[in-house]
Amino acid sequence: MKRTLNALIALLCAGLALALGWAMLALPEFTVRLPVDVAANLDASGVAHPVTAVLLNFRGYDTLLEVAVLLLALLGVLALSRVADGHAHRPASAHPVLQTLARLLAPLMVLVAGYQLWVGAHAPGGAFQAGAVLAAAGVLLRLAGLLPGWAAPGRLLRGGLALGLLVFLAVAVAALLQGGLLQYPLDCVSGLILLVEAGLTLSIGLTLAGLYLASAEWRK
Amino acid sequence: MTLALAFDLLLVAALLWSAARALTIPDVFHAVVLFIVFGLLMALAWARLDAPDIALAEAAIGAGLTGALLLDAVGHLRAKRREPGT
Repeated sequence: MKRTLNALIALLCAGLALALGWAMLALPEFTVRLPVDVAANLDASGVAHPVTAVLLNFRGYDTLLEVAVLLLALLGVLALSRVADGHAHRPASAHPVLQTLARLLAPLMVLVAGYQLWVGAHAPGGAFQAGAVLAAAGVLLRLAGLLPGWAAPGRLLRGGLALGLLVFLAVAVAALLQGGLLQYPLDCVSGLILLVEAGLTLSIGLTLAGLYLASAEWRK
Repeated sequence: MTLALAFDLLLVAALLWSAARALTIPDVFHAVVLFIVFGLLMALAWARLDAPDIALAEAAIGAGLTGALLLDAVGHLRAKRREPGT
């Protein structure tokens, strides 16, 4: 009985895979050549890297909502971790070698994050990658027992979490008053994108680290 | 050319193998480790496809942070199993 059921499920999965493959092959030819359009308008975007130009200029709206979704996810984790409160959030006594390594690596990771933020304007990099490196530094420090967990984030931490979204929203509203939604004025577009990316890096780093720090209580 | 092709074929085989093993292995901890291996191989695949932006994000978020979260969840499950009722 169970074997027939498994075989049936496997057959259905194979059928779905075949249908998906067929649908991919049967897609019509693209009528809009997006890479050509991006390359043609790259000069007006304020950055020299096409991925960053799409993420923060041409399709800035998507990125804005993505950051809002990320913040909402962390709010959910924080709301859940409040239920399990009452555990001790003490830093653990990790191995001294790990602690020394974490102390050495954390400043380097902050440096790498800053570099990725800066280099994102003309090469692969940018706010999400820089934020992920920052978050990895936070997780490493937490694992080494050098950083306490987030039972209840304070005002400064909450401000940092919301900063990226707030900066992005402020820039969007300012651009809205000037012209259209997220249509940056041409003369200061590079500076605005760098400002938004800097805020996003900090907030994404804190949010991704918070997903780990807020849910992970130390067990001994 | 042939060396690159051999590397790509090896990469595809390793990707499929790690994905299948991660889904079928009974032990959860092994599954999480295989998932991290899959993420790192996937980052390599993105790099081979000339998409370094996605490769960076995949390595940092897909393999690194998700792996840390999953390992933490495994730890929670094990601690709960060890002392039931507390």
